[in-house]
Amino acid sequence: MPADHVEWIRREGRIVIVGASLAGLRAAETLRAEGFTGELTLIGDEPYEPYDRPPLSKAALLGMASPRHTELPHRREIDAKWRLGVPASGLDLSAKRVRLADGDEVEYDRLLIATGVRARPWPKEAEARLDGVFLLRTRDDATRLLQKLKAGPRRVFIIGAGFAGCEVASACREMGLQVTMAERAGAPLVGALGGVIGAVAADLQTENGVDLRTRVTVTALEGDTSGRVRAVHLSDESVVEADVVVVSLGSLRNTEWLTGSGLGAGPRGIACDAGCRAFDFRGIVTDDVFVAGDVARSPHALFGYQFLSLEHWGNAVAQAETAAHNMICRGADRRPHLWTPAFWSSQFRVNIKSVGVPPMGDQIMITQGSLAERRFVGVYGYQGRVIAAVSFDNNRWLEFYRRQIERGAPFPVEFPTMDRRPEGRQPVPADFPDPSLPTHGPTVTLSGYSPADQQLVFTPARH
Amino acid sequence: MRLVVDLNKCQGYAQCAFLAPDVFAMHGEESLIYNPRADEEQRERLARAVAACPVQAITADGLDGMGGSTASAPEASDAR
Ligand SMILES: Cc1cc2nc3c(=O)[nH]c(=O)nc-3n(C[C@H](O)[C@H](O)[C@H](O)COP(=O)(O)OP(=O)(O)OC[C@H]3O[C@@H](n4cnc5c(N)ncnc54)[C@H](O)[C@@H]3O)c2cc1C
Ligand code: SF4
Repeated sequence: MPADHVEWIRREGRIVIVGASLAGLRAAETLRAEGFTGELTLIGDEPYEPYDRPPLSKAALLGMASPRHTELPHRREIDAKWRLGVPASGLDLSAKRVRLADGDEVEYDRLLIATGVRARPWPKEAEARLDGVFLLRTRDDATRLLQKLKAGPRRVFIIGAGFAGCEVASACREMGLQVTMAERAGAPLVGALGGVIGAVAADLQTENGVDLRTRVTVTALEGDTSGRVRAVHLSDESVVEADVVVVSLGSLRNTEWLTGSGLGAGPRGIACDAGCRAFDFRGIVTDDVFVAGDVARSPHALFGYQFLSLEHWGNAVAQAETAAHNMICRGADRRPHLWTPAFWSSQFRVNIKSVGVPPMGDQIMITQGSLAERRFVGVYGYQGRVIAAVSFDNNRWLEFYRRQIERGAPFPVEFPTMDRRPEGRQPVPADFPDPSLPTHGPTVTLSGYSPADQQLVFTPARH
Repeated sequence: MRLVVDLNKCQGYAQCAFLAPDVFAMHGEESLIYNPRADEEQRERLARAVAACPVQAITADGLDGMGGSTASAPEASDAR
């Protein structure tokens, strides 16, 4: 790319960001911080300024914060045109134009897509519409749910024991509410952390009074004559009476608006290169369309160039910063997005943190503390190297394991560590469920092929 | 004033909860919860917490030139 074109974009180009949330805001700030003086437009379908989501299932339900006031602080003035409350409805790649649902069109020289994901709704529409059935992704969702919880329902039923579901269960118990939680897999959090840790999460739930039902699915939600939910039917034929149902079945990527645009966008997200440049549907990299945050899938050298989709707060920030940097600099100055995955959760007053890609691990070793005390570090191994680590109330060790992951340190972990118990001397299978089973996030999806697998028959194109 | 804590960075040292107990609180032994919209009377305490966090995990705006703040934009200044 000629340097003067980049110079021109930096000075007077038009940059459009679709998705005005965490990734969108941090990208906008980075663009300005790095000297972009052209026209900046942020398009968001929610009527609100960028706000933070993690508190919605934690501080907000615990009464420490208002779900209406989790707006993100700005790191600097961004001098942007905001188009809030209107979704982007289409993209014309060759004319470099974003179409809006209100009929307007916005032209760009560079585009950043940061449309994230949305909560997967309960699949039966009539049941999903029952009064008392909730999702939890947006500020409006949280406001409505909190209002209902404050009214003191007799029982809350949570469908899906991923991180969000577990956090809601925990907050509801602190509010003194009766909670039942159903999970298709054998334990909570197994999709993200495997069965060994899942068993600890299960104990945590039951000891805190959650009625946990595993290896069951919800078959129907039953309403009363006035359209309020009153009971939940399960695959083991049991029926649980509940007046609040929280559907926590993971997420769907917001890519439908790109259908027909020619971009490589679909249900698994938008594929991009390590520099955050989107691929078109032919697998050819574009040079003026970038992606960041929950909606992106990008290859990572540390994890065998697997395409990672990360529904992690820290990833949205780091990828937005990298994308913004790459949007306004010359080819040689571009940086790859090689952030080491990391996230946190907090349930029943236990601080859960993870680094790396646990679902890639086939074995786990407890290198500090013990599972029974629920204060430990578990290290995941994959083909002889450390690939991830998780801590329960032991977060001070994670930085050390992050460096181990980045160095490709050997697994099993051989060095002695303080506080290592006999149970942690040998690795055991990490016990992840069949990856074709649905799991719930904020978690990691691996969507590349392992070079060792022969899963495709390749037929070269003929001319 | 708005704030956000990068909880990947946060080490749970509780320094912020000590300096601004109405904004930050420990929940259990090492998880932090906080109010992302701090009241005006908390301005000075919040600024001290931002400056004193050993891992610089707290970002706040509206602190105008106070130590450690990363932006000086007034509330919602560039929204619409
Ligand atoms: C309840 C909850 C708790 C969480 N807790 C944690 C946690 O503890 N730790 C952690 O690491 N992560 C957590 N996360 C995940 C974290 O919030 C996300 O990773 C982060 O929000 C991703 O930011 P994003 O900007 O990529 O996407 P989003 O925040 O999803 O933002 C995308 C925005 O784009 C908008 N949009 C979509 N389509 C269009 C369109 N066509 N036109 C215009 N706008 C559009 C959306 O409405 C949305 O506002 C949590 C998420 C939730 C919901
Ligand atoms: S001072 Fe910083 S590290 Fe300590 S609890 Fe507060 S945010 Fe976390």
